[in-house]
Amino acid sequence: MALPEGFVRVPITEQDPKVRAGNFEEVCLGYTDEEAVLEASRCLNCKKPMCVEGCPVRVNIPGFIEALKGGNIEESYSRLSACTALPAVCGRVCPQETQCESKCIRGIKGDAVAIGKLERYVADKARSLGMKPVVTAAPNGHKVAVIGSGPAGLTCAGDLARLGYDVTVFEALHEAGGVLTYGIPEFRLPKEKVVRPEVENIRSLGVKIETNVIVGKSVTIDQLMEDEGFEAVFIGSGAGLPMFMNIPGENAKGVFSANEFLTRNNLMKAFRDDSDTPIYRPARVAVVGGGNVAMDAARTALRLGSSVTIIYRRSEAELPARAEEVHHAREEGIVFEMLTNPVEILTNDDKFVRAIKCVRMELGEPDQSGRRRPVPVEGSEFEIETDAVIMALGTSPNPMLSSATPGLEINKRRCIIAEETTGKTSREGVYAGGDAVSGAATVILAMGAGKDAAAAIDEYIRLKRTNL
Amino acid sequence: MYLIKRKEMLHSTIFLMDIVAPRVAKNCQPGQFIILRVDADGERIPLTICDYNREEGTVTIVTQAMGASTHKLMALEEGAYVQDFVGPLGCPSDLVTGDIEEVRKKKILFVAGGLGTAPVYPQVKWLHEHGIEADVIIGAKTKDLIIYEDDMRKVCGNLYITTDDGSCGRHGLVTQVISDLIEKEGKHYDLCVSIGPMIMMKFCVLTTRKYDLPTIVSMNPIMVDGTGMCGACRLTVGGEVKFACIDGPEFDGFKVDFDEAMDRMKLYRTEEGRALLKFREGDTHHGGCGNCGGDK
Repeated sequence: MALPEGFVRVPITEQDPKVRAGNFEEVCLGYTDEEAVLEASRCLNCKKPMCVEGCPVRVNIPGFIEALKGGNIEESYSRLSACTALPAVCGRVCPQETQCESKCIRGIKGDAVAIGKLERYVADKARSLGMKPVVTAAPNGHKVAVIGSGPAGLTCAGDLARLGYDVTVFEALHEAGGVLTYGIPEFRLPKEKVVRPEVENIRSLGVKIETNVIVGKSVTIDQLMEDEGFEAVFIGSGAGLPMFMNIPGENAKGVFSANEFLTRNNLMKAFRDDSDTPIYRPARVAVVGGGNVAMDAARTALRLGSSVTIIYRRSEAELPARAEEVHHAREEGIVFEMLTNPVEILTNDDKFVRAIKCVRMELGEPDQSGRRRPVPVEGSEFEIETDAVIMALGTSPNPMLSSATPGLEINKRRCIIAEETTGKTSREGVYAGGDAVSGAATVILAMGAGKDAAAAIDEYIRLKRTNL
Repeated sequence: MYLIKRKEMLHSTIFLMDIVAPRVAKNCQPGQFIILRVDADGERIPLTICDYNREEGTVTIVTQAMGASTHKLMALEEGAYVQDFVGPLGCPSDLVTGDIEEVRKKKILFVAGGLGTAPVYPQVKWLHEHGIEADVIIGAKTKDLIIYEDDMRKVCGNLYITTDDGSCGRHGLVTQVISDLIEKEGKHYDLCVSIGPMIMMKFCVLTTRKYDLPTIVSMNPIMVDGTGMCGACRLTVGGEVKFACIDGPEFDGFKVDFDEAMDRMKLYRTEEGRALLKFREGDTHHGGCGNCGGDK
């Protein structure tokens, strides 16, 4: 039986799967003005908004939706942008279904309010109307350095700038945005339309962004603090090192990390004819892994003209990727080989990949993660013919910065050790957050950590000032 | 944007540039590399640092126009800018980070091949500044391709030049010179550092192994970011996978799997050739690359 009106969310338009499989345009086309107001009207404006508790950056969700109900974009954007530096990004890539929307009262008897889609609508609309976030405090002259211009760094920088700090962000690559720029593909997160304008918004708060600076190589944290006058440092350098399986044949031509494949395509624009950066576009591609990065790599390869198989060692239920991404990948024609694990990559005489040898798996007892551990089925080896293999097995933090910073403690997984609520590290005045601390996680968790650290840095500098 | 303060043609396709990059110049060491991008569509090109001036904030690079991006770079003149310039990347040479007293005890031989002569120079110069004179072999196909000869002579001990065609110095490959020096000319070395094309480094190592002469090589595989992110530059060294960009670029030559490393270089060969044809022929490009179908 269909739910009565008000219990169902306003449907959103997407590009047809057959069409979008051949282009890099955005999949989701967003709400129209009427659709957005209609969807907003489903929000009950709860006295105790559970959705806010589900949000790592505690966005004033009922607040911005309430303003939207009356069509007041200016007020809605002002409320939204006061809480988050990256609303157009979050509206697109946050796993709302497990965060804010999972707590929505509407979700108990029907669909949760489409908070993510509304956030995206408000941010996009504000951008098209030329609205910018506003600075709330006068400059206070205190300098803070932020390392990495990904979600954690940008959030921390934006919050500190609003409080009046003189913030410089150092980015190792030639373009700001971190994983938003090199990792997440165009069809999920457009660069010119979404990422660059949000970065520009943060610049408009007075934040300086210096690209092509690798802290730990081009300059050290000690030099920043001693020679360049930065009173505090926030490290949001992410988790950039790709993992491989260490199976035979992994160095054959045609085996790539998802990081390499996505960086060539997203940062270097290899999909465009005017880019000088080459990318491998064979007939068949196998992607190993089941996370969002695996989906991104698979759907990118598909758009470059390959037929794509995703190989994942557990079952559908354990896929770590967002349900929406898996759904989109399936719609576009990507094949899933579940309960399958590669054991060897086979090559032809010229040492190019020709197949991937796999073994079937079955689920055994739960492991540390609580998920049932996949166990190989003896004698079940078989080959999947493919011309390329993309390894999307996860990433770990880059030790380049920590190894060049004496006294900065890291754990066994090379993650920086930082206090959970403040990001405080073992070095005075040095804070850290995001994937550099947690290992690979989500954009929004990194933003939450950046926000918490900004508050802690503000307190640290204010306290230091009063103690002088 | 980064200013090209000086440009010098060392050959019809080999050129030197001093680029203004104060942060890199301040913190770089011999053995490290940089990545540059000529323009907004350009590839990230890794190049070993050939010299640096900390006061003037400049870093010297030497390269040869080979693909589309390096041809675009060669087309830039003094006073022009490159889009991006980042570094220093990779680890400094062990010679400059190790115990200087231990280095002093060693008789060091550098073996430079072609373009590889340029990155050998800062190492030899650094040693010279620390009172250590190292011998250097420079090898090239022919006389015109010998670069850095005069600069090198000022900072090294003995300099041996050799060309494949005998047009300058000795006649033959660098490996022959290594053997001649050790076997016929009574030289003894404790350490060899070889920088040049992979094929040269491979044969250099095959030769020095015969004399139990420990040999360091500088690997220059395909890479994208140069910070350990992409893994394109992975090599097998002593049976382990290493990333040239963060674990290297210098490795123990006896342990490097050169055949695998050279094979991996072939991956984009056709793609690069295609980009080059497109660049050279510009709007007149109507096929011939085997890919665009313009000639069908």
